[in-house]
Amino acid sequence: MPRLPLEGLRVVDFCVAWAGPYATMLLGDLGAEVIKVENPHVWPPVMRGGRARPTRESLAGMGGMYGGYPNDEPGPRPWNYSPTFVQPYRNKRSFTADLRTPEGLEILRRVVARSDVFVENNAADTTEKLGIDYEWLRSARPDIVMVRIPAFGLSGPYAHARALGVHLEAVMGHPLLRGYRDMDPSSNSIIFAGDYFGGLQAALAIMMAAWHRKKTGRGQLVEVSQAEAASAMFAQAYMEHALNGVSHQQLGNRSIYNAAPCGVYPCKSPGPASSGDDRWIAITVTCDSEWEALRAVMGRPAWAEDPALGTCAGRAERQDALDEGLATWTSREDDYDLFHRLQAAGVPAAPVLEASRALADQHFEQRGVFASRALFDVAGKFRFLAPFYRMPETPATHRQSPVAMGEHNEYVYRELLGVGEEEYRRLVAEGHISMDFDESIP
Amino acid sequence: MAGALDDLTILDLTQYVTGPYGTRLLADYGANVIKVERPGGDPARRLGPFPGGHSHPEKSGTFFYFNLNKRAIVLDLKNPAHVEVFGRLVDAADVVVESFRPGALDQLGVGWDYIHGRKPSLPLVSISNFGQSGPYRDYKGSEVVLFGFAGEMYATGLAGREPVKMYGTAGLVQAGAAAAGAILAAAMVGREQGIGQHVDFAIADALLSSADRRHSTLIGHEFSGRKTVRRASEAVGLADGVFPCRDGYVEMHGSARKWERLLDMLDRPSWALEPRWIRPEAAQDATTVEEFNALLTGWLMERTKREVWREARRARVLCTPLLTIAEIFEDEAFAERGFWQAVDHPYLGTVKTPGRPFIMTDSPWELRHSAPLLGGNTREILAELGYRGDELTALDAYHPPVEVD
Repeated sequence: MPRLPLEGLRVVDFCVAWAGPYATMLLGDLGAEVIKVENPHVWPPVMRGGRARPTRESLAGMGGMYGGYPNDEPGPRPWNYSPTFVQPYRNKRSFTADLRTPEGLEILRRVVARSDVFVENNAADTTEKLGIDYEWLRSARPDIVMVRIPAFGLSGPYAHARALGVHLEAVMGHPLLRGYRDMDPSSNSIIFAGDYFGGLQAALAIMMAAWHRKKTGRGQLVEVSQAEAASAMFAQAYMEHALNGVSHQQLGNRSIYNAAPCGVYPCKSPGPASSGDDRWIAITVTCDSEWEALRAVMGRPAWAEDPALGTCAGRAERQDALDEGLATWTSREDDYDLFHRLQAAGVPAAPVLEASRALADQHFEQRGVFASRALFDVAGKFRFLAPFYRMPETPATHRQSPVAMGEHNEYVYRELLGVGEEEYRRLVAEGHISMDFDESIP
Repeated sequence: MAGALDDLTILDLTQYVTGPYGTRLLADYGANVIKVERPGGDPARRLGPFPGGHSHPEKSGTFFYFNLNKRAIVLDLKNPAHVEVFGRLVDAADVVVESFRPGALDQLGVGWDYIHGRKPSLPLVSISNFGQSGPYRDYKGSEVVLFGFAGEMYATGLAGREPVKMYGTAGLVQAGAAAAGAILAAAMVGREQGIGQHVDFAIADALLSSADRRHSTLIGHEFSGRKTVRRASEAVGLADGVFPCRDGYVEMHGSARKWERLLDMLDRPSWALEPRWIRPEAAQDATTVEEFNALLTGWLMERTKREVWREARRARVLCTPLLTIAEIFEDEAFAERGFWQAVDHPYLGTVKTPGRPFIMTDSPWELRHSAPLLGGNTREILAELGYRGDELTALDAYHPPVEVD
């Protein structure tokens, strides 16, 4: 029976928000045993929702990303199903301990002693304040791999700067490189590409450190600065400056490589953007043959007959006219219908999908990108994302639904640590073991 | 100290951005990555930026960045002698990676059946736009097409305008980082368990799972029927959004989350201490928000973005400057942390570029190779594969080096 790639690797997850949990999700998908440690007495600001106990009223008017709780109800334990954060909690276990107390720390230390990797992505001084650092972990487990994913690294003047993904991207140049060409960066939406990227790189770093440890027997400290990692997303802008001393400007949806036309064009819409019913199609023409194909699908309109448009350079110089001509045409078309006609002709194109339409797409459906699973103490099943690593002999599956806080207290305390009945009851009474956040937390 | 992956050989047939970035990350930490280019080279060699804007196959900034630390050979997989070279490369590899159209490698006779037949423990990772199966298998992609279809482009931008993408090829680069994990996992299984497998990595799948909001908007809708839409205007919340300052802009999303810290950052001016700002309904009242933000902007306009960031760091407020690329290049803190690496290149001279992706203390990043020239390592790779004498000379002569202009 083949083993999953990371089977046998035990990872302690001391993470918040997205970059860390996303990294450990990937490890869990690949077979690692990921154990979250959570403190029921301290509300983690960005991990299990905006607040512990949102009311129905407080969620009114919020979009799906922040306000879309199961069956549109906050439910009995809202922290277990915040739509913002719940997806990366698949394939993980969770136990609780009051880490503000010496005993809570000692419990964590005992778990670390039985683990291979410790991952955290808190603000740079958070773990130190608790007394958790590399040396402390090594005293419990000499060959531990500690992976830290701070916003700006562990050294230098920015080490303690607070940041979400959107802030570290600002420092690395992104908001001045993206967004509408005719508006200043205050029009930019808040995005979290940096979190995603930091998580991807951190997962890779952990896999490398685990491989190294198998060969050498040595653990190590790994530092993933999310900001520094994120810079790779802007590689061409860095290279433009390195080679020519100039900066790229905001290009909207146009191509940095001057492929033209390249953009997002309106399609027939059943309703307005405010209700999520506007429709758009993305089109990129990368070469003359694709331009010819596009002209054919359009029915060879007069405006596209201009011979100057027959070359890449000619099209790159006439992008405003191309965009106007294309938009006039696409606005009469259905986005999916046009998508298939353009692709059949060999033109790169796709509808810009609002999330509910991605959930309904036949290609995603047929590829099985969604997994229907139950949630802890909520009725019904929901389509979560399935792992995207498709390895037929060692298949990554959605084997554990998004984990509820403390769902594996019995496993961690009794099986892993060998805690007896009497001590278990004492630890419950003293507030280490719980499935509920402290009632004082709103 | 050696890189963590110094015992892995990766046969890399990928092109453009996603695959090459994935294998570069592995090459960065010691993997022996042999890039096989088709005659004429990776099409990324035709993508800028170029010095002075002049296109040249050895001067592509895109190719340079995504192919550091690799060695390269040119093979024409329609030529039987070259297929034999490819076969020996397969024998020596721990994982093969490709990013051609689905089925293209099979048509050349060197696809999964060939690789698995030749070396059963060897995995093949196929990177594609939409995957190796499903109705859109053969569809073409691009940054905006894939990010629009699978990523969270729909809710990016303003409601009155078109959805708007990220910079350049940010989504394709993200997918490359995700693909690196698939490549390494497949190599691990091959080496440890002797199991070869054909891994299907779709850029669309990875972006659909993106932690940049898409996983949240999907499950938010699945849970509740609620949609996530573009906001109506660039209007911002109370001390929340992008604000101008004396020499540019600062990013302040979430900065009012801890009000006392924000007051501390501002050094508690009398205008900020007025009780009307901290009424529970203040953040929902457009007039109040506008009034506060006008006063805040006045404070910001008296300071540079770096001065604002210094105060924000002191007070631990979520607030950072919008730096230009030029400012990042000149920043002392990034330089002192070792963010940059000077890379020598025969055509580009010495290039200052971001170096290590992350810091591994016991198996560090190392610059071992500059970006490879077209066929630049052919001779040494052929020799490593056991070719000698006339046979080696004949194969090596196939692709003469590009002349320096």
